[in-house]
Amino acid sequence: MIYFLCLVLFCCGIYCILRKRNIIKIIVGIIICEYAVNLFFVLVAYRKMGRAAIFSPNSDISNMVDPLPHALVLTAIVIGLATTALLVALAMRIYEKYGTFDITKIRELKG
Amino acid sequence: MNASCNLIPLFVAIPLGTAFLISIVGRRIKNFADLLGSLSTLSLAILSFLAVRCANLYGAITYSVGGWRPPVGIAMVLDGLSAFMLVTVNLVAFFVALYAINYMEKFTSKWKFYTLFLLMVAGMNGVIITGDMFNLFVFLEIAAVASYALVAFGTEKYELEAAFKYAVMGSVGSLFILLGIAFLYSYTSTLMIADMATVLSAKGTTDIVIMVSVLFIMGFGLKSALVPFHAWLPDAHPSAPAPISAMLSGVLIKALGIYALVRIFYNLIGVNQGISSILMFLAGLSMVIGGLLALGQWDIKRLLAYSSISQIGYIVLGISLGTPLGILGGLFHLFNHSIFKSLLFLNSGALEYSTGTRDLREMGGLFKKMPISGSTALIGSMSVAGIPPFAGFWSKLLIIIAAVQAQRFGYAFWAVLVSILTLAMYMKVMKYAYYGKLKEKASKVKEVPLFMKLAMVALALICLIGGGLLTSSIKEKFLKGAQDVLSEGSTYAGKVLGAIK
Repeated sequence: MIYFLCLVLFCCGIYCILRKRNIIKIIVGIIICEYAVNLFFVLVAYRKMGRAAIFSPNSDISNMVDPLPHALVLTAIVIGLATTALLVALAMRIYEKYGTFDITKIRELKG
Repeated sequence: MNASCNLIPLFVAIPLGTAFLISIVGRRIKNFADLLGSLSTLSLAILSFLAVRCANLYGAITYSVGGWRPPVGIAMVLDGLSAFMLVTVNLVAFFVALYAINYMEKFTSKWKFYTLFLLMVAGMNGVIITGDMFNLFVFLEIAAVASYALVAFGTEKYELEAAFKYAVMGSVGSLFILLGIAFLYSYTSTLMIADMATVLSAKGTTDIVIMVSVLFIMGFGLKSALVPFHAWLPDAHPSAPAPISAMLSGVLIKALGIYALVRIFYNLIGVNQGISSILMFLAGLSMVIGGLLALGQWDIKRLLAYSSISQIGYIVLGISLGTPLGILGGLFHLFNHSIFKSLLFLNSGALEYSTGTRDLREMGGLFKKMPISGSTALIGSMSVAGIPPFAGFWSKLLIIIAAVQAQRFGYAFWAVLVSILTLAMYMKVMKYAYYGKLKEKASKVKEVPLFMKLAMVALALICLIGGGLLTSSIKEKFLKGAQDVLSEGSTYAGKVLGAIK
């Protein structure tokens, strides 16, 4: 069930990227997509009633969640931050030059 | 093991370190960025030739990052295909850095350009050299983010628009790749490519593998601009400054797109009939549509960008045929294309530098004014169109022969036809830009400065003698190693796992 919701979130993001005309809304769509993928990574790692993978003496290490995807998600979040920052910077410069966020009015390139 | 072969981490460390140094010191000391940028790319080019020798000696070499033994730690792997790609990337990067010394004078803050440029080189080298699935994604994003910023480097109206389009499409492509990696990890519980390949071949093909294949075709197809995913390329590549156009069209779409695609499909998932026919169909489509669209362009860099799409089609067609000859032809065309397409983009930059326009209708008769740019452009055009003594002819011939041998007569026919289209579009460039009557306002046009000439002449020379790579002694060392990695795809895992110390 929760996997299905994750897929729905991803589709929401894709819809937002494809259908919206405002540059800021497109950026938000990309962020939503990113969160969906990150959520999927965490879901992959999860086990039912699992416990955190903290190693300490005199505790049995059975039924642990997989800690590797957590590290991967952290990296993916940082990369996402870089991409988002760049996109927002581009959006600001575009607004300075064109005076609008509407992509139907930003059409210098053709052919 | 030979100590001189312990060079794998240098391919990432040198450009990253230089980028860091330039970003700190480059602003204060004049010409420091120029010198350091050229020196580091030169050393990378020399090291990549050393890497070819090492790959020939040992087959596959691994390096464990941070001393953690793979498959638990991150592995870097050097084999024939990586060595071949490293030579391609670093050779072009060196000439582009040389060219940028003069060309980038007209922009402010040159050191920012060099920082981003070296980050991009680090990302591409990382993608090529890594043996770890998630690490591949990280390096891919480093190269991609640097390239988004470089496309917008001029911060003019159209550059920003192109960069935004490219960044949105590129991030969506990266997300598909990341989703594919998540599925693959959940299925195999490992991230090292060689280890994954062993697990996958033990488990056999299931629905998840097909799902992952589709996600990767979409993601890497976006990165390499195969036709249904090509819309960003004709905007992004012409908008960037000329040295960056040369890097993007010359090597970025190959290192991030084609290399990663073939590495994953040939060495990890294992190519089957369905995947190779999908790839072949996309390749044929790219060839024809790219060629037709290029013919109608009047902006010289836009024409070159569409022609890149068409040539990418040739490369993917050759490799996805799957026969040893087809793979050889595809890889050889990949090398040739990166040389002549970066030459042509540098040439278009020279035209823009001297005349101040990119519109072919406003040029004419420039051959007399710019003899060196003109003759190198002629060599590059003839090479891409496939005129016999030049390198482009031999690789196209190999691909067409391989297509006929594999009974794919339709694709062979289209390859021949698109070759004629290519000839037509480059005759258009030569006729309008270099021959014909000299326009009145172009009478003051001068030849470009020294370093730009040097880079163009060197690349033109490689185009001329490139056919010599097929002579048996050089082919054995350079192309054969890369071809074997792909044509004996399933043995990759065993070789890499065996090479771990």
